[in-house]
Amino acid sequence: MQISDATIWVIILVLGAGTYLIRWSFLGALGDRQMPGWFMRMLRYTPVAVLPALVAPLVVWPAATGGAPDPARMAAAAVTVAMGVLTRNVTLAILAGGVTLAGLLYML
Amino acid sequence: MSSPPPSQAAARQSAADDASTRALARSPRAAFRHGVVQSLPFMVVIVPFALLFGVVATEAGLDIAQVMGFSVLVLAGASQFTAVQLLSDNAPVIIVILSALAVNLRMAMYSASLLPWLRHATPGQKAWVAYALVDQSYALSIQHYERHPKLSVTQRLAYFAGAAAVVCVPWMISTWAGATVGQAIPDDIALDFAMPITFLAMIAPMLRTPAHLVACFVAIVAALLLARLPSGLGLLIAAPLGMGAGALVEVRAEQRAS
Repeated sequence: MQISDATIWVIILVLGAGTYLIRWSFLGALGDRQMPGWFMRMLRYTPVAVLPALVAPLVVWPAATGGAPDPARMAAAAVTVAMGVLTRNVTLAILAGGVTLAGLLYML
Repeated sequence: MSSPPPSQAAARQSAADDASTRALARSPRAAFRHGVVQSLPFMVVIVPFALLFGVVATEAGLDIAQVMGFSVLVLAGASQFTAVQLLSDNAPVIIVILSALAVNLRMAMYSASLLPWLRHATPGQKAWVAYALVDQSYALSIQHYERHPKLSVTQRLAYFAGAAAVVCVPWMISTWAGATVGQAIPDDIALDFAMPITFLAMIAPMLRTPAHLVACFVAIVAALLLARLPSGLGLLIAAPLGMGAGALVEVRAEQRAS
C-alpha cells in the first residue's frame, strides 16, 4: 500500500460521516419526503451489484499469481459461492472456500 | 396446501395474541433484554467476520488505530472490506470512498422503512438509531415492530438498542482481537484470497430473486470487460449497470404480475 497515514484517516472520517448520513437520511433530514420510485428500487440492488463487480476481477486475475488465472483460487471461489447459496450461512461459506484453497494450494 | 382446521387456526391465533400481550407488557429494560436475546444468534457470524476484518486490514498495512477507526466510525462490514481491498490495490482515494459508500446506500432504505415506527422519537434518539442501523439490527427490529404494531416508542427503541448492542459491540471487540492477532501473523502466509472469499460468501445468500441474480450477473460481466481501466474505475461503471439491470427486472416482474 503506497498511501500515507493521513490519507487513510481522511478516508475513514469521510466514509464514517457519509455512512452516518446515509443511515440518518430519512430518520433525520429527509423525513417523509417521497423519493422517485426508480431511485428507491436501485438502492435494493447496491450490495448485490457492487460486491460482485469488486470481486470478479480478483477471482479471474488474482494479484498473488501476478494476474495469471489460477485453478486453486477459481475452485475456492466456486465452492464458496455454492456453499453460500446452499446454506445461506456466510461463516460456513468462508470456511469451505478457505479449506478448499488451502487444500488445493498444498496439493498442486 | 389445505387450510388448517378451525381449532388449529384458533390456537395459532391465540398464541400470537399471547406473544403480543407479552411484548406490550414489557418494561423498557425487559424490551432491551428481549432484543439482546433475539440478536444473540448473529454473534456466530459477526465475531469471525470481524476477526477476519482485523487480520486482513492489519495485513494490508493499517495500524490498530486505523483498523478500529473503521469498525467504530464506519461500522459497516461490507464497506470496510471494500475500502481495504481498494486501498491495497492502490486505487485513488475518491474511488475508495465512492465504492465503499455505494455498498452502504441500501441503508437509506432501512432508514426510510423505520421512520413510520420511530417518528415520535426525539432527534437525539433518532441520531443514535442511525449510528447503530446495520443489517442485523434493522432486520430484527422491523420484524418485531410489524408483528407487534401497538408497542410504545420507548419499547421499540429499547428493543432496537438491545438488538444493536449485541451486533455492534462484538463487532468492535473482535476487530480489535483480529488486528492484534494479525500483527503476529508472519507476512509469508498468503492471505491474498481471504478477502475475495469473504465477498463471495456475503454475496451468495443475497441472490434471492431473479432480479438479484441479473444485477449480480450484469455487474460481473461489466467488471470483467472493464478490468483494464485504471484501478477501481471499472467498478464505478459496472456497479450502477448491475443496479439498473436489477431494478429493470423487478419492474418487468411487477408488470407481469399485475
